[in-house]
Amino acid sequence: MDEKRNRDVWVFAEQRNGELHDVSLELLGKARDLADKTGSKVIAVLIGYHVRKLAQTLVNHGADVVFVADDTRLENYRLLPYTHVFESLIKEHGPDVVLIGATAMGVELAPRVAARIRTGLSAHCIDLKLDENGNLLQVVPGWGGGVVATIACPDHRPQMSTVMPGAMKALPEEEREGRIEEMYVDLPDSNMGPEILGIERVVAGEQPLEKAEVVVAGGWGVGSEENWSLLEELARLLGGAVGATRPPVDEGWAREGQMVGQSGKTIRPTLYIGVGISGVMHHVVGMDQSKNIISINSNPDADIFEASDVIVAEDFMKILPPLIRELKSRVKSWRSINISEEK
Amino acid sequence: MNRIIVCVKPVPDPKHWDKVSMDPETKTLKREGIPNIMNPLDKHALEAALALRESHGGEVVLLSMAPPFAKTTIREGLAMGADRAVLLSDRVFAGSDSLATAEILAAGCRWIGGFDIVLCGNLSIDGSTAQICSQLAEMLDLPNVMHVTGMEESGEDNLIITQKIENGYVKLFSGFPVVLSVRKEVNKPRYIPFTGILAAESKEITMLSNKDLCVDPERIGLKGSPTKMAGLEVRKFERKKEKLEGTVDDIVEKLVERIYQCGVIEC
Ligand SMILES: Cc1cc2nc3c(=O)[nH]c(=O)nc-3n(C[C@H](O)[C@H](O)[C@H](O)COP(=O)(O)OP(=O)(O)OC[C@H]3O[C@@H](n4cnc5c(N)ncnc54)[C@H](O)[C@@H]3O)c2cc1C
Ligand SMILES: Nc1ncnc2c1ncn2[C@@H]1O[C@H](COP(=O)(O)O)[C@@H](O)[C@H]1O
Repeated sequence: MDEKRNRDVWVFAEQRNGELHDVSLELLGKARDLADKTGSKVIAVLIGYHVRKLAQTLVNHGADVVFVADDTRLENYRLLPYTHVFESLIKEHGPDVVLIGATAMGVELAPRVAARIRTGLSAHCIDLKLDENGNLLQVVPGWGGGVVATIACPDHRPQMSTVMPGAMKALPEEEREGRIEEMYVDLPDSNMGPEILGIERVVAGEQPLEKAEVVVAGGWGVGSEENWSLLEELARLLGGAVGATRPPVDEGWAREGQMVGQSGKTIRPTLYIGVGISGVMHHVVGMDQSKNIISINSNPDADIFEASDVIVAEDFMKILPPLIRELKSRVKSWRSINISEEK
Repeated sequence: MNRIIVCVKPVPDPKHWDKVSMDPETKTLKREGIPNIMNPLDKHALEAALALRESHGGEVVLLSMAPPFAKTTIREGLAMGADRAVLLSDRVFAGSDSLATAEILAAGCRWIGGFDIVLCGNLSIDGSTAQICSQLAEMLDLPNVMHVTGMEESGEDNLIITQKIENGYVKLFSGFPVVLSVRKEVNKPRYIPFTGILAAESKEITMLSNKDLCVDPERIGLKGSPTKMAGLEVRKFERKKEKLEGTVDDIVEKLVERIYQCGVIEC
């Protein structure tokens, strides 16, 4: 390994339309943790046009240094120009670790960059650790999540990973000091791949699942769209969001963005309540980092119980209506106490 | 359209994944008795290729890197309608990670030659790296697009591609050759017609080893793979597993208590 080699941990700061993707802030949190263990720096790599204004946010979430590659030709993400810029920066500065969100952009860009540099890349990591020599251990789910493999990249640098959104925790934003460095952007004139004809955005309303402190998730066992509204009511009472396994999404009870699991979202709420969910690994990998897990399933041998703190082996139709009633009365009485005290 | 290469990967049938166990000594997965199927998304990739062939002519060639038994899976793709197949099989390929696999598949593409499009699935269900499309394209020094949900030919040799991203879509205009990987929304794969099964019997599967491809042995197999497996575990959980029992009223009472204990609602 060459002279310039250092222990720096890099995070790709993904932005579209001048908005940072949450996963980048989550990765900064993890990068901070790794860098503090080895006494090295966290560097965020920000590529785009007129994006300098985002740099301080990255610093405030844990970056020591932000490399900004700002150029009109980088305004919209395009794979080949971004690969070129990223590759040049890596070759020039020789980071030890490069973390990229497993987003639509990240899963396309990261392998291209890794192949160009000829280093290893592990996909969809759910955890990152250091071994006794300070090498990165990348924990990835395989086989639908039934097995977890630990991947290392002993002889190549940088060690690169794409990381599932939601799997890491962002540090709270606070005023921090960091260095912001403008990078010289040198793009070749050669063919830079497909041209963008247009970008269509579909706006998603409501609270994003990944940010909810409480998630009430439903599975095939919920049985109908009508029953599904019970979950929505429970979630509302608890100030949370509704998640789903794949079948309710296929049935149209829930939207694609509500799916939790291997091909959906990774969530880690304080409380997860699963209703009518069998506990197939595809789903469990997306929720098993929740702090508290309550499961309601009429099958006393449901697999989900293995991954639960509180088990209710009952028909959810017997449990949810009285639970909702009970919570409503308590929440109300709590409010009325407050009101009377104010008086 | 000249030629379209479709990369197909035989994967263990997920219906039998509960039979997977780990050999505690070698730390490898035991997958005996688990039948292989074509990676589900690869069927969508093949369907896209067949549809392009139907409207614009050309040849559809399947490309797979797998042990010789993969012929069975490849026949399925031939039965669906592909014209012929190339199977890359060699012991020196064993243990390849995505980078090494891409290296080998790229050599396969070059061996076939004369292609306009290489189509892949976005992700395979067993390895699930979703890295092959970009890495294969990099090895071939061609542009690529992942997450494809639509494609149509525009003029003689261009494609208009729809790419799914978070909260939306990007429309891209691409020349040939290009490497694409598809999501399942792109189409609905056709059923295999009975005549297809018969026709597949006489279609050609070319078997190639590294003697034919001559990929640098330093770049393939375990040796050529920068990522190494450092550990493998069947997932275990450490949860409290407290079972709430009694009448419905008892259970609801306890449930409310547990919810309050999580501190997510005030009391
Ligand atoms: C490549 C791939 C990727 C996938 N990715 C995902 C993913 O990201 N997320 C995901 O969720 N799935 C995913 N799946 C699908 C996954 O394999 C399972 O099919 C799915 O998670 C099962 O959902 P379920 O638990 O709701 O349904 P089921 O397995 O059908 O379970 C329903 C449960 O409801 C219980 N039940 C029935 N009636 C009642 C009642 N009245 N009261 C209480 N309980 C009741 C039953 O006992 C049963 O346990 C994927 C599959 C594949 C092949
Ligand atoms: N061994 C292989 N042989 C042929 N195609 C492959 C192979 N491995 C991966 N692919 C292709 O790459 C896609 C994505 O796979 P992966 O990157 O492994 O998730 C698959 O859907 C296939 O189209």
